[in-house]
Amino acid sequence: MLYFVARRLVSALSVVLVTLIATFALFFIAPTDPAAAICGDRNCTQERYNEIKKNLNLDQPKVQQFAEYTAGIFAGRTFETSGVIQDCNAPCLGYSFKNDRPVTQMIKDRLPVTVSLVAGYAVLVLTIGVFVGSMAAKRRGTLGDRALMSSTLILSSVPYYIVALMISLYFTILYPILPRGGYTPLTDNAGKWFAGLLTPWLVLGIYNCTAYARYSRGSMVETLSEDYIRTARAKGLSDRKVTYKHALRSGMIPVITIFGLDVAGSLAGAIFTERIFDLPGLGNLVLQSLETYDLPVIMGTVLVASVVLVAMNFIVDVAYSLIDPRVRLS
Amino acid sequence: MTTPAPEDRKDSMAESAGEQAAAAADAKRGPSVATREKRAGLMNPSGETPYLVVEDLTVKFPTADGVVSAVNGLSYSVPLGRTLSIVGESGSGKSVSSMAVMGLHDRKRTQITGSIRLGGDELIGLSENDLMKVRGDAVAMVFQDPQSSLHPLYTIGNQISEAYRVHHKVSKDVAKKRALEMLDLVGIPNPIRRFGQYPHEFSGGMRQRAMIAMGLVNDPKLIIADEPTTALDVTVQAQILDLLNNLQKEFGSAIVLITHDLGVVAEMADDVLVMYAGRCVEYGTAEDVLANPRMPYTWGLLESIPTVSAASEKLRPIKGLPPSLLNLPSGCSFNPRCPYKDRVKGERCTTDLPDLLPVDGAGAHTSRCHLHDKASIYETEVLPRLS
Amino acid sequence: MSDTVRPIDQPAAQGETLLQVRDLKMHFPIKEAHGLGRTKKTVQAVDGVSFDLKAGQSLGLVGESGCGKSTTGRMITRLLTPTSGEINFKGTNIAQLKEKDLRPFRRQLQIVFQDPYSSLNPRQTVSNIISTPLRVHNLVKKGQELTRVQELLERVGLNPEHHNRYPNEFSGGQRQRIGIARALAVEPEVIIADEPVSALDVSIQAQVMNLLEDLRRDLGIAFVFIAHDLGVVRHFCDEVAVMYLGKIVEQGPREQIYGAPQHPYTQALLSAAPDLGTIRGVPAKERIRLVGDVPSPIDPPSGCRFRTRCWKAEDICATQEPKLEGKPQSAPGHAAACHFAEPKVDLVAEIA
Repeated sequence: MLYFVARRLVSALSVVLVTLIATFALFFIAPTDPAAAICGDRNCTQERYNEIKKNLNLDQPKVQQFAEYTAGIFAGRTFETSGVIQDCNAPCLGYSFKNDRPVTQMIKDRLPVTVSLVAGYAVLVLTIGVFVGSMAAKRRGTLGDRALMSSTLILSSVPYYIVALMISLYFTILYPILPRGGYTPLTDNAGKWFAGLLTPWLVLGIYNCTAYARYSRGSMVETLSEDYIRTARAKGLSDRKVTYKHALRSGMIPVITIFGLDVAGSLAGAIFTERIFDLPGLGNLVLQSLETYDLPVIMGTVLVASVVLVAMNFIVDVAYSLIDPRVRLS
Repeated sequence: MTTPAPEDRKDSMAESAGEQAAAAADAKRGPSVATREKRAGLMNPSGETPYLVVEDLTVKFPTADGVVSAVNGLSYSVPLGRTLSIVGESGSGKSVSSMAVMGLHDRKRTQITGSIRLGGDELIGLSENDLMKVRGDAVAMVFQDPQSSLHPLYTIGNQISEAYRVHHKVSKDVAKKRALEMLDLVGIPNPIRRFGQYPHEFSGGMRQRAMIAMGLVNDPKLIIADEPTTALDVTVQAQILDLLNNLQKEFGSAIVLITHDLGVVAEMADDVLVMYAGRCVEYGTAEDVLANPRMPYTWGLLESIPTVSAASEKLRPIKGLPPSLLNLPSGCSFNPRCPYKDRVKGERCTTDLPDLLPVDGAGAHTSRCHLHDKASIYETEVLPRLS
Repeated sequence: MSDTVRPIDQPAAQGETLLQVRDLKMHFPIKEAHGLGRTKKTVQAVDGVSFDLKAGQSLGLVGESGCGKSTTGRMITRLLTPTSGEINFKGTNIAQLKEKDLRPFRRQLQIVFQDPYSSLNPRQTVSNIISTPLRVHNLVKKGQELTRVQELLERVGLNPEHHNRYPNEFSGGQRQRIGIARALAVEPEVIIADEPVSALDVSIQAQVMNLLEDLRRDLGIAFVFIAHDLGVVRHFCDEVAVMYLGKIVEQGPREQIYGAPQHPYTQALLSAAPDLGTIRGVPAKERIRLVGDVPSPIDPPSGCRFRTRCWKAEDICATQEPKLEGKPQSAPGHAAACHFAEPKVDLVAEIA
């Protein structure tokens, strides 16, 4: 087990390192002038341009630039803007000259919003999606199963942003039966936090539940035909126990893989949801920085996204080994 | 490790028992052929009071291509302490019929008629809730492939204690104690360590022992073993068969052993029922069916298998393929493959389904065949080819 | 050791040695995790197997799962490359030949697999399946393929009109016949039959066994017949080699192996085989039951590999590996690898 965890950790770290190098290469070795890009077009003065260039040591060899960037992540570094020294504490992901703020700080502000959104969403898909899928699998072939599955197919064939926009428009504005989206920190007011996130949770959750339901159904149908399920029934276990104890545990293994990637993806930016429901999360930050071409922020979010992805994969792997004793050996 | 084995279990089938059975059967037998057939199934060849009685069992699955008649009017009975072997090839209905006894068929997609009585209580028509109380308690099942029949994600101990706790309101500790006893009973060394291990940490033979321990944890009166050794190696198979035999001696349960292997039948069975295309074609004691068979399909099976004990010149396979269960041949289901069809006058084999009748007019050995000189064909033609 | 090298497509005379296997080994490396470290180990699937196969002969390889019988078959047909050892086919050692040089030998050494369901490509017609080897080896002229395919189908007892069907339209026994027709297509001198009937029902099994026997008799094909069913092997093979944990423990003519086996494992195997004779004849006088399971081929026991389950084992068995050799009392060609080899009769039932 220890070996297993150690090996996964090493491979996770190497993936992050590769992403780090790749993003750096993409933005700093590309044929564009990074300093000009960071400075922007409109209010970029020659003075500011030079300042940025000096700050990022763009005159120095690329390797040194990279070393400084990397060192910043671990030890922090300083930037000088308009003659003022700005501390960028570790983990320093760069400095947004357009916003005059360290990137890490900007991401830190946004992260709780996205985490809140994704946490609620995760609970919803895992409970409702999996439950509906298992029910359908248990009753496969019946009218209920077919009705359920075709309705999920219909729902999932409408683009997500349409569904989200319509619900937001109809149910929070025209017929306000749902609270409007918005973010209040949990620590400030738990009730407001919940109310502001409720609609985004429901929309994101229900829409994606369809995929989880179909996925769990497929996996459960397969599991329910296993010999050991027959054994469980032959012991005299109730149908409920057979389905939700014996079958569910095996049936969840493939669903967990999808779940891990899905959660990682959403953490990196549930762009539509955040935009439509006006949540100042990471997704919105990504959109803003893309619009303004705020290079350091883009780089920072990409790096965070890759870390999240790798971390989720790692968690999924550990979850696997907890669920399936056979995985521990390999 | 070497045990000179006294073959004593065949003693139970002494001549006198057979005669009594015949007499009893005579007394009960009614005039019409139909009831005679039923009685023949009801009676156990040993004459003892049966624990499991299956009567006129029919199992059908409606499918898109038509109705599959998996089992057609099957009757048999098993007393406590006796082993009935149901023999047949794939698709003969041998597994389907025993799944029906356990109520493990898909209730929505299966039509079952007839009667299955366990210690006098009718099982057909019971609600799922009532059946659950029977499954795993009075009747236990041992499946073919212990690798896939054990849950890979739960420990062996967990699975055995669970089986106990389904039918006994006891604490986890009590159930664990019971599970450890069972592991010890089925000959798994070091039960305490094994209790916490997963199926993949067990060898094939040990898994099947664990499976048997799980089946026997509630002292079932009836064990249905569906090809319990088919997935195992020869030397391990012998161990498992011995184990089943010994456990039966100790606890006196009835065993229904489903198998395609006539060698296993010869080693294990007291009674034998041969199935073909969903019907019983021959039924009697193991000696009756294996040493004095009276049905061309049984002959065909015996002539098809090369044995360890005899150097056979040429195998005589049964020609052709088993019929589709969607569309059974008219008359005797075996008639398209039967080499003796011409010996029956007229077209009876293709028009009339033969009844399951006592071979000598009275005894408990029954067969389903129109040939009237079955005994002489067997003696003069089949037997010389067998050895 | 080997005869002179001969052109391989010249058929061998009856009784001539076709195939010489010498000290064949297959060790699969595996990795095992221990805490933070990792150790490399080897699975000694086959560990020093030697035998000869004469033209037209049928050699049975019997043993339980994991004894290496199938691995041996795969090495002979070079589906696996042996770790070491020689496979001399008509005087050429093919054990380490490169794929390009191997091709003419592939034609001569064909294999029939156990599972007729997974060993045929479901998306190809029967005609395609059988004619592919014909094309690969340039055995028929263009335009003659169909005739040859139909000839082969008829030879294995299938309707030649069915050449355009797909495997799923056939039953298990018929599929096995297709597999046999495919092997026959290239007119091999040796067929390795790896459990060819164990997936089939009893009545179908006999049909396929008879077909194989006809082929052997009519075409003079030599067989290496791999099976776990002792009855089937007794029926089909004139020479039998019993394998245990990657080694041959006893080998000899059929009558000797079944009538007076010398190795304790062979004896136990025979005694354990469920036998119809127990009811139809006089049951065996003695019964041997082994305890426990076959040990792992990763760390096989020292000395004699069978000693952990053997009732005759003494100290010498742990230290000294017994050679596979004839004992003074043995019949010619009968050899057992045991320090205490001794013939035992009466292990199977006697049928009057």
